[in-house]
Amino acid sequence: MNFFITILEQGLIYGILALGVYITYKILDFPDLTVDGSFPLGAAVTAALITRGMDPYLTLPIAFLAGVLAGICTGLIHVKGKVRDLLSGIIMMTALWSINLYIAGTSNVPLFSQETIFKNDRIEGLIPKALSPYTTLILIFLLTIVCKVILDLYLKTKSGFLLRAVGDNAVLVTSLAKDQGNVKILGLAIANGLVSLAGCVFAQEERVFEISSGTGAIVIGLASVIIGTSLFRKVTLLKATSAVLIGSVIYKACVAIALRSFEPQAMKLITAVLFLIILLISMERKKKVKADA
Amino acid sequence: MLELKGISKYYNPGTINEMCLFKGFDLTIEKGEFLSVVGSNGSGKTSMLNIICGSIPAESGQILMGGRDITKEKEFKRNAKIGRVYQNPAMGTCPSMTILENMSLADNKGKLYGLGRGTNKARIDFYREQLSWLGLGLEDKLDVKVGALSGGQRQAMALLMSTMTPIEFLILDEHTAALDPKTADLIMELTDRIVREKKLTTIMVTHNLRYAVEYGDRLIMMHEGTVILDKKGEEKQAVSVEEVLTLFNEISIECGN
Repeated sequence: MNFFITILEQGLIYGILALGVYITYKILDFPDLTVDGSFPLGAAVTAALITRGMDPYLTLPIAFLAGVLAGICTGLIHVKGKVRDLLSGIIMMTALWSINLYIAGTSNVPLFSQETIFKNDRIEGLIPKALSPYTTLILIFLLTIVCKVILDLYLKTKSGFLLRAVGDNAVLVTSLAKDQGNVKILGLAIANGLVSLAGCVFAQEERVFEISSGTGAIVIGLASVIIGTSLFRKVTLLKATSAVLIGSVIYKACVAIALRSFEPQAMKLITAVLFLIILLISMERKKKVKADA
Repeated sequence: MLELKGISKYYNPGTINEMCLFKGFDLTIEKGEFLSVVGSNGSGKTSMLNIICGSIPAESGQILMGGRDITKEKEFKRNAKIGRVYQNPAMGTCPSMTILENMSLADNKGKLYGLGRGTNKARIDFYREQLSWLGLGLEDKLDVKVGALSGGQRQAMALLMSTMTPIEFLILDEHTAALDPKTADLIMELTDRIVREKKLTTIMVTHNLRYAVEYGDRLIMMHEGTVILDKKGEEKQAVSVEEVLTLFNEISIECGN
């Protein structure tokens, strides 16, 4: 039972990250590697604030804003500096490694004795005793759903329409007398805000900040997005954002199951191989769709 | 009114491949004029449109729009008053968004793209009416993604979208070239109706000499960055396709085509 709860918890936390990657990869068509830096950025900010005694719930919006800033930097490098998308992300990802160390102080900050969003007096009073073992899962679930719903609502606004248009056909955005560069920066800001928020929740769930926690975060995000969107392509009633969340849980489950029969060292190898398999399967499906048409 | 004054444009400046396209190019288009532009490949038609819209910079010269100097203005800012339809029907619409979403996007041009609802429900009937005016049955497909439409349908939508909000200039960049002859005729008729109805100052670049002769109230032919034929008013009405074709062949032979 614990095994499944952990999968769900981790899957949903990474689901928030996957929502961010969905914005850059699927909507903006921008391979954003900033994610590997903005995920631990959220965690670093959280660790720094919680150890200084800040209310853990306030770390959520602050971590989001920190991610927004990182996204804006990547956007500025790409749009104003005219640096290629992939390189802009790599530059920010590299810079963030040091920035995260500065923020957190060291490469590893334990949060065992501090209050977190999952463990404090207020939440214990709020959740009935019978459900208390599931407090973490319930909170993560609620938080993920809130993120998803807000993102869904945003994508239906005028600003959201423009964001979807810029990845689809940037020329049209210029035709609408809007600066496409600014729209891209906005998209990167929101995306990295979500990724950083995921990092914040992750640090509080694991009760530790680890500088290397972001390594491979983009792979997890991409895998979740690709699993979700290609698995539920035909299910029109399911929104892409929901599909991405389910994709994230499925991916975490796959990794967890694989890890049961391998040593922990194999984790990144399993991650990479699984991602490759998912890519190959989704490409195979695309080919089939084309052949059918 | 749109004025190009002393425009110079070089490609690959400072290299061995330097090519001078325009040298002191002048052109004035009166308010409400419908100008057709013909010319061989490389004559500078599309470059002229790109310079007007700000997609490429000119090395020197001035662009005045309604008397206002817009030479230094960025492309997206100029587009507030300009609608442009491209040769490629994919350029004027968003394929992964629905017809309704595309119409809503275009309808909001010139206003703030904020956090208000993307589609204004009160406008849906208006969109339906506009789409039915195209006569392509699109009004019943509001929730269909534009990517699923044919090239002709997408181009018709692009035309509608680019002229939906109050603009002053319409730039048509070979907008019928990628369509089959029947669809091209339809798009051309729609274009003429929209231009007349909204009294838009229009520049249409086309390779179809018949369209250039039949439509519009002024015709120019360009060759190597200069205007070699300029007919307007009654003179334009009297021009025949054969006459334009003869001149066109002459300059083509000169180029060795």
